[in-house]
Amino acid sequence: MTINKQKNGSTLTIAVQGRLDTTTAPDLEKEIKTSLDGVTELIMDFEKLDYISSAGLRVLLSAQKVMSKQGSMKVVHVSELVMEVFEVTGFTDILTIE
Amino acid sequence: MKEWTFEAKIDRIPWLTEQVDGLLEGLDCPMKAQMQIDVAIDEWMANIASYAYGNGAGEVTVRFDFQPDDRTVVLTFIDSGVPYDPLAKPDPDVTLSVDKRAVGGLGIFLIKKTMDDMTYARQDGRNVLTIRKRI
Repeated sequence: MTINKQKNGSTLTIAVQGRLDTTTAPDLEKEIKTSLDGVTELIMDFEKLDYISSAGLRVLLSAQKVMSKQGSMKVVHVSELVMEVFEVTGFTDILTIE
Repeated sequence: MKEWTFEAKIDRIPWLTEQVDGLLEGLDCPMKAQMQIDVAIDEWMANIASYAYGNGAGEVTVRFDFQPDDRTVVLTFIDSGVPYDPLAKPDPDVTLSVDKRAVGGLGIFLIKKTMDDMTYARQDGRNVLTIRKRI
């Protein structure tokens, strides 16, 4: 998994490439945790995400909880496969997906 | 049929996934089904690695079978850890709001939803989980 971060004012875009699973989710969690100070808009770019397992969902949920308090979060460029995981788990109701 | 026995640790999951992906590619498995199988492996292996042996260590045996007549992949996971029947757990409530949401149990739920079949047996002091996916 590769994580690319881009900050533009108080907007942070995190692009995730590869597989977001039990092995890689802790890295993303760490990246997010240390980057959200002063961020009012978090954009998760999943264009190059191969797949997501429940470990990745856990990271998204905690990021959403933080961002609900200090601004907003959206997930963009979601593939069909990842969208199916969001749908099955009800994450389509929790996340803002564009 | 292929079978691997190794220490049930999180950091062994990528290795196992690689072995299974190699076999699936040889079977012309569609990418979507392959990734769903990879996710199922991640979910169940994480469960075994985290809970089966408490703080101790133990082994897991993973068997890969393919039934050509109905193009079904059969993956069997065997561990000798504490009894754990994933099918005995109620499905998580996936309609709760973000504040009330917990993500426990989502992994098992994902396997159930994306695989064609999932069975559990406690045999000779072992947990035997079998998942089937048509490819």
